[in-house]
Formats: sequence, C-alpha cells, structure tokens
Amino acid sequence: MKKTLGYIALFIGLIAFAYPFVWMVLATFKPEVEIGSLAPFPSVWSLDSYRMVFETIPIGRAFLNSLIVVVSVTCSVLFFGTTTAYALAKLKWKGRETAFNIILFTMMVPFTVMLIPLYTLVVSLGWTDSLIGLIVPFMMNATAILILRQSFLTLPTDILEAARIDGCSEWRILFTIVWPLSIPAIVTAGILVFIGSWNEVLWPMMVIRQEEWMTMPQMVALFSVGGGAQSKLGPQLAAAVLLGIPIVVAYLYFQKHFISSLASTGLKG
Amino acid sequence: MSWKRSKSNGSGAGLGQRIGYVMAAPYFVHLAIFFGYPLLFAMVLVFHRWDIVTPMEFVGLKNFTRLFHDDLFFRALLNTGLFLVIHIPLQIFVSLFFAELLNSKLKGRSFFRTIYFLPVVVSGVVIAILFQQLFAFETGYINSVLSALGGERIPWLVSPEWAMPTIALMATWKNVGFYIILFLVGLQNIPASMYEVAFLEGATTWQRWTRVTIPLLNPMMVTVVVLSTIGGFSLFIEPYILTGGGPLNSTLSALLYIYNQAFYFGHMGYAAALGLFFALIILIVVLLQRRFVEEDIY
Repeated sequence: MKKTLGYIALFIGLIAFAYPFVWMVLATFKPEVEIGSLAPFPSVWSLDSYRMVFETIPIGRAFLNSLIVVVSVTCSVLFFGTTTAYALAKLKWKGRETAFNIILFTMMVPFTVMLIPLYTLVVSLGWTDSLIGLIVPFMMNATAILILRQSFLTLPTDILEAARIDGCSEWRILFTIVWPLSIPAIVTAGILVFIGSWNEVLWPMMVIRQEEWMTMPQMVALFSVGGGAQSKLGPQLAAAVLLGIPIVVAYLYFQKHFISSLASTGLKG
Repeated sequence: MSWKRSKSNGSGAGLGQRIGYVMAAPYFVHLAIFFGYPLLFAMVLVFHRWDIVTPMEFVGLKNFTRLFHDDLFFRALLNTGLFLVIHIPLQIFVSLFFAELLNSKLKGRSFFRTIYFLPVVVSGVVIAILFQQLFAFETGYINSVLSALGGERIPWLVSPEWAMPTIALMATWKNVGFYIILFLVGLQNIPASMYEVAFLEGATTWQRWTRVTIPLLNPMMVTVVVLSTIGGFSLFIEPYILTGGGPLNSTLSALLYIYNQAFYFGHMGYAAALGLFFALIILIVVLLQRRFVEEDIY
C-alpha cells in the first residue's frame, strides 16, 4: 500500500517535470492556431515554426558562436585549472597558502559588484561585439580549481616523487601521470563549466549588440521578447527547443556525470 | 630567495619551487586583470557619474543618497525578497519530499532522478519561454485545463498579485531536481543505526522525521538554503522574458533593475553603486541564514 502511494507520487513528479517538455516539442509541430488547444498531438504535422526561426534569425550562426565560446572557455578553464590546482596541491612554493585564500575570497564576493566594472573594462579593451569579450574574462574559474585541487590532494605523493627522481619535468608529471589519474574530477569540472557557459545569458546581453556575434541563449531570448517572432507562439517555442537540444542530448548521454558534477558544487560547501 | 636555495640542493621536492610560480601565474595574472582591477574600479565608479561615452564626472556620495531615495530600487529589493520567501520554503518542501521517495527501495529510482534533474540543465531561457506559453492567460495550456475542468482562468503573469508567485513557482520547478540530489546525499549519509534506535524506542514515522531525519539533515539544509538564496538573488532572465518586470513593476528583480539602469539609461556609476549595495545585502542575508539555520545537533 505504502509502495503504491510511493509510485503514484513518483509518477506525478514524472508528469510534472517531463510533460511540459513533451508538450513544448509537440507544440512546435502544431499549426499556430492549435497551440492553445488541449489536444496533445497536432492535427497536421507542420514544420512552419522551425522554418520561420531559420528564416528570421541566423540561429545557425548563433549556434556556432555558442560552440566557439563554450569550447574555448571549457578548454581554457581545464588547462589553467589543472596547472593552478597542481601548483596548489602538489608543489611547494612561498605564498601558496595565501594564493589559495585569495581564490577562496574571490568566490565570496557576490558577482553583482563585478558586473558593471567588468563590463566597462571590456568596453575599454574594445571587446564589445566580439567573441573575445565573451571568452577571455571567463578563461579561469575558481570552482574548477577547487574541484581539481581536491582531487589532486588525494593522489599519493610517492608516485610523483618516483617520477621526479626519474627526471620527469613537472609538466610531464602533470599531463602524463596526474591527468589520467584525475579523469573524474576533470570531467566534473568540465561539465560544470560547459553547462554554465552554454546557458549564460546575462553577460552576452551586456556585451553583444550585433546579431552576428550573439550566442544562442541571447538570440533566442531576444527573438522571443523582441519583435522577431512577431508574437507567434510556435516559432518562439521552436527556437527554445533548438536552444535546449544540445544540452539535453549531452545530458542524456552523460547523465550520471552531469548529476554528480552539478551536485559537487553544493557538496563541497 | 628560497627557491634558488632549494634549486641548488637538487632535491626532488625542491623542484616544485620555481615551477609552482610558473604554473599558478596565468591564473593570478588573469585574476588581477578581470577580478582585482574591476573590484578596485568599482570603488571608484560608485563615486562618479558615467555613461561610458563622455568623461567620468565625480559626484561624491550622490549615487548613494540617490539610492536611499530610490523607491523603485526598494520595490525591486522587496520583489526579490518576496520571490525568495515563496521560492525557498517551496523548494525545500518539494525536494525533501522527492528525496525521501527516491531514498526508499522503489524500483526505477535512477530513471525518475534523471527526469527530475532535466530542468536543471536546460537554459533558463528555454524554461521561461515554455512557461510564458503554458501560463498565458488566454491561450495557455494551464488555463485551458482549468477552464475545461470548470474553474476560473487565473491571471498568472498578467496581474501584479500573481506574477511574482508564478515566477517563483517556475524557478522552483527548474531547480528542484538539483536540491533533490543534495538532500538525497544528505539522507544517505544518515547512519542506519540512528533509525534502528528510533525504531527500538517505538518512535512513530513523524517522530522519526522530526527527531532523526531533520536534525541530522541540518548541514545539508544550510547548504540548500544558502545556495538557493544566492541563486534567487540572481533572478534576471525569467522576469526579463516573462514580464519585462511588470505588471506595474511587480516582478522587477534587483538585478533586472541594475541591468536597466546600466543599459537603458547608461547610468554606469549608479548601477555600480546599486551592485555594491545589493552585494552587501546578499552577504548579510547569507550570514544571517547561517547564523539561524545552522544548529548544533549534538
């Protein structure tokens, strides 16, 4: 009896969390007038909504911009994140503890303080309306460093010492010994940065005005609130579906990693 | 310099000295430019009037006196507060409920968990566009269902009373999956022996909940409250897309107001002052929460 109630609750949850997405995808294939109706399936399957998206906004270009930004940011965060984390975890140098405390401090400053002055800095560097302005300020990430450092600390120092005695440089140790032993932490940090970067919308809305440099979330948001969609519901939903697809596909493929990766941001605190 | 000394003695551990600086340097150079400089510049900017185009003009404390007389900003702060007051308890209740369910021995748990987590990874833009249509007054699916069932249509996003609660509901729906996972980890960390003792002492289900689960879950509760507060304070894209801050400024969030000040009116100095003040509020609220939610369980 108790079990049955449990399953009923789980299924109610399933409908609550999944059905809106199902509804959204089905609605994009409905003719405009049917979107408000209760019928779950379209009477005629139509691609008009998607056609209008592709004809009105350069969404392919936006996808490419997003991809460039996300890949650059993620690779950079992982590369510099591992070098910094390795220096903090396994190398001895003067000021190391202070350096670590500085990183912790940066995480405590609410981003609302930084928002405007960081924007004016990007303006004076001439980086508005360019992908550089979306990439460079986010090439380093304190959370990623914390995750990687935590993982590096658990590696036995003996292995590293042995490699040093054999004459390995620290770079070689980092990339041929530490990296392969820390794949889970690298994946965790990578996914975290990937999701954050793909979904980021406030910063692009500050820095980018020209359509050709917009990332996907920004372009879809402006298509919906600006006049682009001409208040048509279908195309707005179609644009939203296109924006959601890449991350949902990645999520369903790597779901365990996605969940543990995002959860780690809460668990370490 | 100590690294020179250790280099000359040639021991393995000493090799770390110089390379340590080399490996950490890029991060700290970047930090100095994109964190240190803006942080210092913020302290300058708040005392100036600046539209980026014309030169900065020193105005002393004017931005702050203006801030304290800015009714709209306080309205935005109150709106954000209302959002948090609805969002956080609702989120804790719903996510604890599902975490407890997923912690029992029901089949297909990982499938359900995967689906519940889906809204967490999807962009807020997607969710906002979806909810705008679901909760539309005339054409929305929710109101169509309500009126088909013989109920009244609810002005979800078009009345000042309903708009912010609707946005809070939406944000909860988006984030619950994340907090389910956190609570699930918290529940799994409670030693089974604690429940055995409660069972032997003849505790009811309710007592088991209030005397064992909730107190032992406290550290995770603190994490959840703090994280959802910080997340809630950054409310921006949802009102931007759903309501534009309306109707009658009822969903104008603090961050949306700061954005508008900077990018519609070009008041960079004032926006920076608002950002600084808002940051102080965030810090104070989070510190107070830690003070009051965190309890000594032993």
